[in-house]
Amino acid sequence: MPRARTIIDKIWDSHVVARRDDGECLLYIDRLLLQENSFHGFDKIRREGRTIRNPGQAFAFSDHYVPTVGRELGLDGIADPEIRNMVELIESDSRDNGITLFGLGDVRQGILHIVGPEQGITQPGLVIAGADSHTSTHGALGAYAFGVGSSEVAHVLAVQGLWRARPKTMRVLVESALPDGISSKDLILAIIGRISAGGAVGHVIEYAGPGIAALSVEQRMTVCNMSIEAGARAGLISPDDKVYDYVKGRPYAPKGALWNKALAHWQTLASDADADYDREVRIAASEIPPMVTWGTNPEQVVPVTGTVPDPAAESDPDRRARMERALAYMALEPGTELRGVRLDRVFIGSCTNSRIEDLRIAAAVAKGRTAQVPTMVVPGSGLVRQQAENEGLHEIFLAAGFEWRSPGCSMCVGINGDMLNPGERCASTSNRNFEGRQGPGGRTHLMSPAMAAAAAVTGRITDVRELTGEG
Amino acid sequence: MEPFGAITATAVPLDMANVNTDQIFPARFIRKPRAVGYAQFTFHDVRRSEDGSLRPDFPLNEDRYRDARIIVGGTNFGCGSSREGAVYTLIDSDFRALIAPSFGDIFAANCLKNGVLTVTLPSDVVAGLRAHLREADRPVLTIDLEAESIVRPDGTSLGFSADPFQKHCLLNGLNEIDLSLEFAAEMAAFEAAYRERFPWLASGTEPKRR
Repeated sequence: MPRARTIIDKIWDSHVVARRDDGECLLYIDRLLLQENSFHGFDKIRREGRTIRNPGQAFAFSDHYVPTVGRELGLDGIADPEIRNMVELIESDSRDNGITLFGLGDVRQGILHIVGPEQGITQPGLVIAGADSHTSTHGALGAYAFGVGSSEVAHVLAVQGLWRARPKTMRVLVESALPDGISSKDLILAIIGRISAGGAVGHVIEYAGPGIAALSVEQRMTVCNMSIEAGARAGLISPDDKVYDYVKGRPYAPKGALWNKALAHWQTLASDADADYDREVRIAASEIPPMVTWGTNPEQVVPVTGTVPDPAAESDPDRRARMERALAYMALEPGTELRGVRLDRVFIGSCTNSRIEDLRIAAAVAKGRTAQVPTMVVPGSGLVRQQAENEGLHEIFLAAGFEWRSPGCSMCVGINGDMLNPGERCASTSNRNFEGRQGPGGRTHLMSPAMAAAAAVTGRITDVRELTGEG
Repeated sequence: MEPFGAITATAVPLDMANVNTDQIFPARFIRKPRAVGYAQFTFHDVRRSEDGSLRPDFPLNEDRYRDARIIVGGTNFGCGSSREGAVYTLIDSDFRALIAPSFGDIFAANCLKNGVLTVTLPSDVVAGLRAHLREADRPVLTIDLEAESIVRPDGTSLGFSADPFQKHCLLNGLNEIDLSLEFAAEMAAFEAAYRERFPWLASGTEPKRR
């Protein structure tokens, strides 16, 4: 009997090009995903006079620096010359190197982790390197996907492979389904709170169990997206029929006889039932409430019904110091109830939560209510935006006084100019509440789309279940 | 890439876990060309107060650590975003070696590609080293990569274990792409077999651009 293998083993074994004496493997990279910040990688290729091996296996996305308003103006809608330069660079680097670009003015344009799956570029069994740490998102379709820096971008362009040691594996077993009204964002925040921001360093996480099987493919993307916030090398989920149905018919998906061949391969990828993992964490999802971060790291998270923790009660001096620093930055007092904390802004968007299902959930909460603070909704791609408009979601948002914007990374990272002012407090569906992440001095509370919409219409951190009558 | 041999330099203790790349190199500076010099951005917001003045309580702002070339940090150093600018800014500020209980994976890979040594040691050992630096008259460490040893300010030494390939690349200042291209024949053979086995992934199956 062959040894039982995880999906990670199976993908790994089929991608080893060469092995070094020290055990590191040259791993074949099926797809390379690029964004504006990849310019250092292209510079390196030029400086060293390299040839790009397979330009057809690289895809570029204008997302981090694109404006979310005034898109009819094209590049002229970008006032800041440095920001405009970034969008121009990815256009010229893609063009000069024969790489497909999803750029400004293309209805398919959007955040790389939204567009990759949406276009069928992301498929089960692939190894995907992305010039962004949230590349783990693509693991929701059963791909082994991870972020790389500019030097490794150049390495993949030139070599089509990367050297890696076989990672350790961690299975996060979600033993029960989430309650109604609780989202996969709450689940992943609860998981990170449990295993900590560095808890998965050196590991690839496989999310498994009935609680994962019950999630839609889009909800799974939210989970895999934040794997990096626990320090994981990647996060993935064994593919199932939901995934095959999701991929089928997408522009880059295999068709006809090739589809059948691909499907037959994909059906061999799921982890064997008796496969071993280096670590296992079990989560009972049926007990998870809406989660909200109070600090400056995603691990600093509590149920919305909870209070800001007291550093004095923390016995570990390092953790205590981190908590004190976070509370000072966030301007919060220990013991404060999260519910009722006043907000200045709300951001609904990012590669974590800007898909059509996220927007439907936010719209359901916004419907018939009115924003109490400035609220921005930024769909993940032009096609998500179009779909939302076909469903009339934009009218609900606009009627509630939310801004309905064009796709991009926007205020998740604040480098296109959408950012918080110093001291502003924001409810955000994004993935990082780091100091200054949404703008210098900005204060971020991470939460789900439903919770963010509830925050928008009340102007405070609110338990969405009190508005919708669930839970 | 400049070869890394041994370094004797001031080492700054950073008593913070989960230092992220947004802190090392805020996102709004990524768009700056490297030619402007990234040293001005190193820990830009962490080392400053809201009014822009340097915070006296941030170690890098203390005179005794001002010419540091080594950082002794906390757990999960360099977590977060994959931005390689976080390494460029450290290099431009003259840092060549980092010691911590653990590093963010992408950040550690980026360090290696740019000739910056990352040394991983147990957290109590690293905490001891930080304390030692704070108390020493001259907070200077010697790191000898060949010998895999660190000499503390009081002359006592401490061993570490370097990944053999990382050591080889750093000691010789090797460009990894050149090394990898030596596997061109293996890559060509792999790719041919791979495309045969997974024909839907072969080039030419993508839709035409509209």
